[in-house]
Amino acid sequence: MHGPGPRLHGAIALLVLCLVSASARPAPRDDSLYHAFGGREGLAALMADFVPRLAMDTQIGRYFTSTNRDHLARQLAAQLCEVAGGPCTYEGPAMAPAHAGMAITKADFNRLVELLQASMAARGVPFRAQNRMLALLAPMHRDIIERE
Amino acid sequence: MHTLDCRRPAVATLVLASLCSPPALAGKLLLTGGVSSLDGAAGGGLTPWAVTGSLASEGQWGGTAHTTTVRTGDYALTSAGALLAWNDRLELSIARQRLDTRDNLAPLGLAGLVLQQDIVGAKLRVAGDAVLDSDRWMPQIALGLLVKRADAGALAPTLFGPLGARRSGSEIYLSATKLWLASGVLGNLTLRASSANQNGLLGFGGAQGDGVQLKPEISLAWLLTPSLALGAEWRAKPDNLRRSVLGDGALAEQRWVDVFLVWAPIKPVSVTAAWVDLGRIVPGVQPRRQTGGYLSLQLAF
Repeated sequence: MHGPGPRLHGAIALLVLCLVSASARPAPRDDSLYHAFGGREGLAALMADFVPRLAMDTQIGRYFTSTNRDHLARQLAAQLCEVAGGPCTYEGPAMAPAHAGMAITKADFNRLVELLQASMAARGVPFRAQNRMLALLAPMHRDIIERE
Repeated sequence: MHTLDCRRPAVATLVLASLCSPPALAGKLLLTGGVSSLDGAAGGGLTPWAVTGSLASEGQWGGTAHTTTVRTGDYALTSAGALLAWNDRLELSIARQRLDTRDNLAPLGLAGLVLQQDIVGAKLRVAGDAVLDSDRWMPQIALGLLVKRADAGALAPTLFGPLGARRSGSEIYLSATKLWLASGVLGNLTLRASSANQNGLLGFGGAQGDGVQLKPEISLAWLLTPSLALGAEWRAKPDNLRRSVLGDGALAEQRWVDVFLVWAPIKPVSVTAAWVDLGRIVPGVQPRRQTGGYLSLQLAF
């Protein structure tokens, strides 16, 4: 019987080296969700679909009557881009002060989620990517919904 | 005139609050109120979950009504009921179950026997948000109570006599429900303290003793699309009539299992279809395992 040949030893050494160096480097930023949404263009198109839905909604449209829709769409696109690991920086207001005093209920928050789901479906975003995005956005409920 | 503040109702103003907070279709996200369990509480089909039923969210009233039919090889079980939910916090439910034993109990002289029970339930969400706290492991937790009263028909003199069961009983359960939103997977664990025989259709406890036991119930569901979910449930049950005057094992009971598909074609409607395995029911006279179909319709507001 032969022992493992020098080639196999070499391969193992290389594998170990790769693992060690991989763990030593910082993990590369995961931008797969950003790409699943079609990058900047995809997010801009998504928000161009989403913001009019918000503004026209019978339940939560009233929150957007005096909103500059283009500005809101750009800010939301930047926010989702950043959240999804894309090369963007959201420079809009923080969530808590932006929604303070608006008496936004959990039902309102859920309605926004529904409208976003409708927009994502209309833009053909895969269901799995939709849920990954929603999972990143949902914790913002703590800053947006007004608590008693 | 003064106005009512609908967001801060005291218990005494619940009724008034219901008048000033109109039911909204948009309170909860689709399917996040669960479906109607056989016992009437919101959850899976066999097990209550920590979710509050209906479409109502915080500050809102909601309700559901359901009708469910289960056909196994030898038995037919139906459940009908309704629930009211307030503020995504409190749920009150009623249900009536009816088990048609057909001719399976003919050897006991009970051909055509129908067992029935009425169930009143209350559930209180005590912590957490199963859906929106997607960055935490903390599940939604609820504490529930089910008060059940059995009508055993012609079996009553035997069941509540020599078999030693009681006509009515209460179950207390603690449920934890978590939706892992990113992966679309929902898990529920319920611990139910119960002495019920066949969920209460054969009364509570037995001649051997009261037999209140803490039994686990597990549900897993996977969201396939926003309106379609596939899942499975497993529910352990007490076995208080195993040793009875009818003979050892004649009334033994087994865990319940199902695999379900729930579909909400429009928000107020959900349809649940399942394959169920209710184990052996009264194996002393009908030794076959009871597998079959489950179909449930729920209307919600």
